[in-house]
Amino acid sequence: MTAAPTVAGTGDRAGAGAASARGPVRPDRSSRRRSRGTVVVYAILLGFVVLYLYPFLVQVVTSFKTDTEAVASPLSLVPQTWTTAAYERLFLRSDFPLWFTNSVVVTVCVTLGRVFIDSLAGYALARLHFRGRGVVFALLVAVMAVPGVVLLIPKFLVLNQLGIYDSYAGLIIPLLADAAGIFIMKNFFESIPRSVEEAARIDGAGTFRTYWSIVLPMATPALVTLVILSFQGSWNELSHFIVAAQSPELATLTKGVAGLAAGGLGQGSQFPLKLGAAALMTVPVAILFFVFQRRIMNTVTGAVKE
Amino acid sequence: MSTATTARVPRPAPAPDGGRTRRSRIHGREGAAGWTFITPMVVILGLFLAVPILMAAWVSVSDWSGRGSPLSSEVDFVGLENYRQLVAGGGLATQDFGTALRNNAWYVLLVVPLQTTLALFLAVLVNRKVLRGRGAFRTAFYFPSVTSSVAITVLFLFLFSASGAVNRFVGFLGVDGPNWFADARGVVHLALSAVGVDSGPAALTGHGFLGITWWEWLSGPSIAMSVLVLMAVFTTSGTFMLLFIAGLQQISGDVEEAAMMDGATAWQRFRLVTLPMLRPTLFTVLTLGLIGCWQVFDQVYTATQGGPAKTTLTPAYLSYQASFEQQDWGRGAAIAFVLFGIIVAFAAFQRWVLRERTTVPRRRRFVPTGVAAATSARGAGGAPDSGAAVAATDRRTTEPEEER
Repeated sequence: MTAAPTVAGTGDRAGAGAASARGPVRPDRSSRRRSRGTVVVYAILLGFVVLYLYPFLVQVVTSFKTDTEAVASPLSLVPQTWTTAAYERLFLRSDFPLWFTNSVVVTVCVTLGRVFIDSLAGYALARLHFRGRGVVFALLVAVMAVPGVVLLIPKFLVLNQLGIYDSYAGLIIPLLADAAGIFIMKNFFESIPRSVEEAARIDGAGTFRTYWSIVLPMATPALVTLVILSFQGSWNELSHFIVAAQSPELATLTKGVAGLAAGGLGQGSQFPLKLGAAALMTVPVAILFFVFQRRIMNTVTGAVKE
Repeated sequence: MSTATTARVPRPAPAPDGGRTRRSRIHGREGAAGWTFITPMVVILGLFLAVPILMAAWVSVSDWSGRGSPLSSEVDFVGLENYRQLVAGGGLATQDFGTALRNNAWYVLLVVPLQTTLALFLAVLVNRKVLRGRGAFRTAFYFPSVTSSVAITVLFLFLFSASGAVNRFVGFLGVDGPNWFADARGVVHLALSAVGVDSGPAALTGHGFLGITWWEWLSGPSIAMSVLVLMAVFTTSGTFMLLFIAGLQQISGDVEEAAMMDGATAWQRFRLVTLPMLRPTLFTVLTLGLIGCWQVFDQVYTATQGGPAKTTLTPAYLSYQASFEQQDWGRGAAIAFVLFGIIVAFAAFQRWVLRERTTVPRRRRFVPTGVAAATSARGAGGAPDSGAAVAATDRRTTEPEEER
């Protein structure tokens, strides 16, 4: 050990890998090192998977524990006594069903509206020639750059002025068009060959007819993307609902559960109740995610596969 | 970047027989149709994006108290009074604003590098060619990003409660975890007091900026804010990982191979080949991260309402609180505008910084080959350079091209 320091200093990094691999045959070394590297990569990745998914497992499991057990053994993945008390309370003695209904209503309306309005606008910006198109497009880019949080108070002011504060209209209408969705549709329509439309036009179809029965059906992949993004976006929206309404009858899931987190349903930590609510509000998005995961991830990345 | 240019080029490859006369005849009809098509969008975006900004601009220079219409004659113009109170009033308003800026600045300083590094790290690992189950890993890492911020916050409130999962876990390692969400001590102050420095020098405690002393500016994020930092990294790294993976897949294998032939080690290849070619993606990730980080609202609203001791107060939440809870609408609107200015300034600054570097000659050498290789690798060509968002959906539609 006394002679070691000089060697250890230089050999430390290589030593770990080479010491055991120094063995018999030379050419073997690189492939063995590669396989060892792969094992390390898998180990790291699996570690991260646990880190990323364990919290969600704990969330679901804890919602079936009793209040005391949730506090006493927060890490365990098997409840000592299974109970659905949290869910009974949520469904029978809280506003949870109302929040859920409101979220569904708002999300469906917003999604339908966005699909229609965004694709119309996207088509016009991609294909139709009209005076002011450049200006409209520039304004759209500018508007997209405004951070959403900055608009919270301004939005309330306008809703109030229009007299639709604290109504379904106030919850839904401001979300009906989004610049990002318009961009997706515009880019997609630009990728469709023009010849198809020109053929339709020669046959005498009007602009709307061409759009509705020729171009739109071809845009199904982009429309699905748009539906996913709109659904996810409006289901998870919180800040707009906070400033657009105040009455409890108009609370959506995000707002309602945020209220729960702040102690809305009485004393104590009530972790099973809160985690159950959080798990339930994740379910629709999770289903959507697992059904369309490939498309969702490609939407984010634009990945092109070989 | 490309969207603006593609808009100006109306027809990339028109059919050769499309005569001029027909086109101009159609023009008038198209003009009317065009405006009809965009009217719904113009009305909604105008009404709920453009008009609000104008209205808020007025409120920020008025003394509107939240009653009646801000446009009524009883509301008075007060000039820049609301702004003056924020930055130079010396009262509670200034102090709160300074505190909120400090909290958010630390949040940005930690979240942006952490999420970018973690995302890039995961992307590089997941993108390895020999890896099995890539899709499963991607899914696992991306899942937190699709769930709502409220649900995640509720989960973190549980995980980081005083006797929660995290404290139980660090307990195994013999560490006494803090009561995370209730702990207002700044981590830099904590680290300093660990080495015996309990109060700052007079130069720092005696002077200040925006109502709080320099010593307080340097406190670091509170323990409670640190949890929000971890949460942000947890939820955003998946999204940015996907962006990096897309960037990595654009890099042609040839470049990598050539570097390997030249005897570059894995680390050298990453640092000298991969990283420079990822610059556009890196730029996107940093910009999105920065813009997002200055907008923390949902988590604060759900978890802490600005506490403990205002250490998780952010400008976005302060703006909401000032308006909706204290009915001080002028101040709330003014905070929103200052926040807007900060975000724009940061985005512009970052753009400038990252621009500068691209002129380093040695790195440029790789870029043209890389881009050429990447575009040819995308095959089938034809599709205009659409934004990343639809690159995946492009391909399917390029086939009928040969009809003419």
